[in-house]
Amino acid sequence: MSEKFDVIVVGAGPAGTSCAYTCAKNGLKVLQIERGEYPGSKNVMGGVLYRKQMEEIIPEFWKEAPLERPVVEQRFWMMDKESTVSFGYKGLEWGKEPYNNFTVLRAPFDQWFAKKGVEQGVLLINETVVLECLTENGKVVGVRTDRPDGEVYADVVVLADGVNSLLAKQLGYHKEFRPDEVALTVMEVINLSKDKINDRFNLEDNQGCTIEIFGDSTKGNLGTAFIYTNKDSINIGVGTTLSSMIKAKLKPYDLLDYLKTHPMVRPLIEGGESAEYLAHLIPEGGYHSVPKVAGDGVLLAGDAAQLVNAIHREGSNMAMASGTMAAETIIDAKKRGDFSETSLNQYRETLYQSFIIKDLEKYKDATHTFEHYPQYFKEYVPMLNRAASKFFTVDGTPKKEKQKEIMKSFTSERGTIRVLQDMYRAWKAVK
Amino acid sequence: MHIVVCVKQVPDTKIIKINPKTNTLDRRSAPAILNPYDAHAVQEAVKITKTIGKGTISVLSMGPPQAVAVIKKSIEIGADRGFLISDRAFAGADTLATSYALSKALERISKDMPVDLIICGKHAIDGDTGQVGPGIARRLDIPPVTNVIEVSELNEGEKTILIKRKITNGYELIQAQVPCLLTVEKEINSIEYSPMPNMIKAARYEPVIWSVNDLEEVDRTQLGLKGSPTIVGKMFTPPKPEGGKRLEGNAEEQVKQLMELLNDKKELFVSR
Amino acid sequence: MDEYRGVWVFIEQNDGKIEGVSLELLGAGRKLADKLDVPLSGVLLGYEIKSLCQEVIAYGADQVYVIDHEVMKDYRTESYMKAVINLAEKYKPEIFLYGATSNGKDLASAVATDLSTGLTADTTMLDVEVDKRLLEASRPAFGGNIMATILCKKHRPQMATVRPKVMKALEPDPDRQGEVIEEAITLSEDDMRTKVIKIVKDVTKKVNLADAHVVVAGGKGMGDLQNFQLIHDLADAIGATVGGTRDVVEAGWLPHEQQVGQTGETITPKVYFAIGISGAIQHVVGMKNSEFIIAINKDPDAPIFDVATYGIVGDALEIVPKLIKELKEARERGGEMSYV
Repeated sequence: MSEKFDVIVVGAGPAGTSCAYTCAKNGLKVLQIERGEYPGSKNVMGGVLYRKQMEEIIPEFWKEAPLERPVVEQRFWMMDKESTVSFGYKGLEWGKEPYNNFTVLRAPFDQWFAKKGVEQGVLLINETVVLECLTENGKVVGVRTDRPDGEVYADVVVLADGVNSLLAKQLGYHKEFRPDEVALTVMEVINLSKDKINDRFNLEDNQGCTIEIFGDSTKGNLGTAFIYTNKDSINIGVGTTLSSMIKAKLKPYDLLDYLKTHPMVRPLIEGGESAEYLAHLIPEGGYHSVPKVAGDGVLLAGDAAQLVNAIHREGSNMAMASGTMAAETIIDAKKRGDFSETSLNQYRETLYQSFIIKDLEKYKDATHTFEHYPQYFKEYVPMLNRAASKFFTVDGTPKKEKQKEIMKSFTSERGTIRVLQDMYRAWKAVK
Repeated sequence: MHIVVCVKQVPDTKIIKINPKTNTLDRRSAPAILNPYDAHAVQEAVKITKTIGKGTISVLSMGPPQAVAVIKKSIEIGADRGFLISDRAFAGADTLATSYALSKALERISKDMPVDLIICGKHAIDGDTGQVGPGIARRLDIPPVTNVIEVSELNEGEKTILIKRKITNGYELIQAQVPCLLTVEKEINSIEYSPMPNMIKAARYEPVIWSVNDLEEVDRTQLGLKGSPTIVGKMFTPPKPEGGKRLEGNAEEQVKQLMELLNDKKELFVSR
Repeated sequence: MDEYRGVWVFIEQNDGKIEGVSLELLGAGRKLADKLDVPLSGVLLGYEIKSLCQEVIAYGADQVYVIDHEVMKDYRTESYMKAVINLAEKYKPEIFLYGATSNGKDLASAVATDLSTGLTADTTMLDVEVDKRLLEASRPAFGGNIMATILCKKHRPQMATVRPKVMKALEPDPDRQGEVIEEAITLSEDDMRTKVIKIVKDVTKKVNLADAHVVVAGGKGMGDLQNFQLIHDLADAIGATVGGTRDVVEAGWLPHEQQVGQTGETITPKVYFAIGISGAIQHVVGMKNSEFIIAINKDPDAPIFDVATYGIVGDALEIVPKLIKELKEARERGGEMSYV
């Protein structure tokens, strides 16, 4: 005597809720099942929320959503042991409507977002684990949860259950990860007064800053570190691929401690109080790792579909966009009365024509390149630092001579041909 | 058989963080939950109706609008319906004003469907007083039995209930006339993992929300802050006792010093 | 309100024996009564308990109101409440104290509701503002190292419950003189809606924290249930009883009977080990009168160090195993450092 819904969404993260919300808004009967105590309790994200994709779901969401700070400055650091070459952009236009990005804390944000879904009519159930998809003749017809009488049926099941989607694995849509397909990121939330944050990051109230760090933050391995400003706390974290971790014998929390005590970072978080430790896996495989995203009666969205652009640290926007696209396909499928793979492949097409897959395709060789050729992080970043130091140190050497010296320092260490090869390769990977 | 369970939404004191500067609860760090003792109270009601094969379980709570979450949680456990009384007039209530407000709501609930049994949790983990349950019983003039660890038997014909009440080093077996009010200990039962249909029902359920105007014959002077004989006069930090001696050094050295001290104070360890 | 005079203490008795907390409250009540210059009275209910009146007086009461009736043999809210209310309405005390036992709280809650007066639970400090004749009932405020003083300004009697072992009883003076006032009650067994069918005492040996000589207590700082085993191991090594904070009980690592603190047991052992315990005031009120307190905590600023006789700033998970090892070795060497 189990109930039947139009859609069952597994997961109440950005992908799941975007899908659930959109379906419910269009009159579909939606059941959303979340394994955590509340939406966001099991989610970890560095913290950047992208306005554009969120706005497409809820216009002017910034008026009521629990957001931390609108990001007005994005900095990038190529960090060495005691120095950093940085560049970035600060634009006050980002501090005003319609804004660009925001820093958010996942728990309050996900809860708010899920609540909006409930207001649209989504039935949200927490603290419940979906154990497997129910299938009939190869078609997904529902899910089985870990609760007594735990089977529920639906026309379509959307798997938005995160990077480690066991459900997707059970269906055979993707295999066990290779260690170079996922990154392990650890993060700490450090409480720091609003004024201190404003002072140290050169911000005013309601202005935020993000810093992406490469190089010494991951001890020269492939990966990034980040520092994001919340209202009165800082998110600081670092991540690298599992394969790098294994190869370089790194321990994630050691990396984080190293980062926190790094001379470039320590003054920013001095006096702060550690509030929370979090760790999560992030899809890193990019284009090559995207699994089958549509089947008979089933769709995959968000991290479950490995939709993360690590180079640009974009994941939550892809999650939201893919969740919305999945919803749109389901709405059309319902009109057609056809929930077969052929019908649901509308989602696949939309996805592949969107910025999501297009961007992943652009960078499809990037992770692999940077992983396989360690010199980019291990050697070029320090070299860049030394070059910059040399260039900007006033020591009486004529500028032209300095330039020559610097060029030589690059090429002498690696040989001119190798340098050109490296540059060409990098360009190809990110073009 | 109509059982009403009184429930309260409380901050989760297990994972509370104190702001060391202001010595106050960091409310951001304490999500609100269904008072654990009340969860057991609801579970007991479910157990009773299952045993006799019939019955309606209503839950009642007094709180701000977000307290609907604990009504829904109660439906997950197995309650059939829930009432929330929410109104600014109730704010600032001490236990006397709280039991008054709840008893008025119970009168209204009883009007549609006579109440046979009221079950409450022993106390709320934020106030720890345990005073509201007996207070409600007095106002409705039904006998209270507190610290219940087992409901042994319900005799519908004779309108009696057989209960085990916890006392130091044992229990009392009490027979009470129905209707009565019970306050329960956690050990009375364990919370079952709710079946999926309950979860779905709870997700759908819209609790009945009453304001003061929905209750009848309410004496407003007995509500909220106005109706509370007790108030917080002042807050103070207790006088700090003189801190003792710190044992310095690394772990080995500290343990060594401690062993010496224990040896010195050996006489304290001798049995009386 | 001016008609209300006198400090009363509810004397709880079970099987003809007065509960310790009632005697402690007479000690506290005596101080209040002296400040207010009013008599201190005990309220004694039961069946065939008149002989206890002298003990009540010996411990500080000037008067004892006693109701001795078969219907009062075992505690029941209905009968006891009726008796107390009749007495209170007739004699109008300004302050009325009860031990915060199951029965005491049950009774006080019912009485306060019928008398429409204020009741403060689990008070840890009692004082009186003499000019306004206001009882200052203080207790740890929710969630912090802060106390709140609760006042009942416009209602009488001002009522409060106090946990066992928080106040101190006076030295009994067997020659002390006092007045015994017997009152009657018009209640019959037929009026009663509850009946005590039987009382079952637990004969199995259970943990008796209140009588323990040496207590080893652990807090949430131990991390998890597995680590908490160290507390049990240390207690075994030293011959102590295990106790814990409320967090630990709420987490299910210990039963409620072993909770030390404001809503658990207040104890006064000779030696108290506070391990991985921060020292929040709700816990400290339960053990601060221990003779010799040893605290182990990672946080140098933990408030527990303020009450500890000796403090070790360090990782309990490192120190306790070492301590257990030393204790075991000392015991094997025999004799000298045998603590059991």
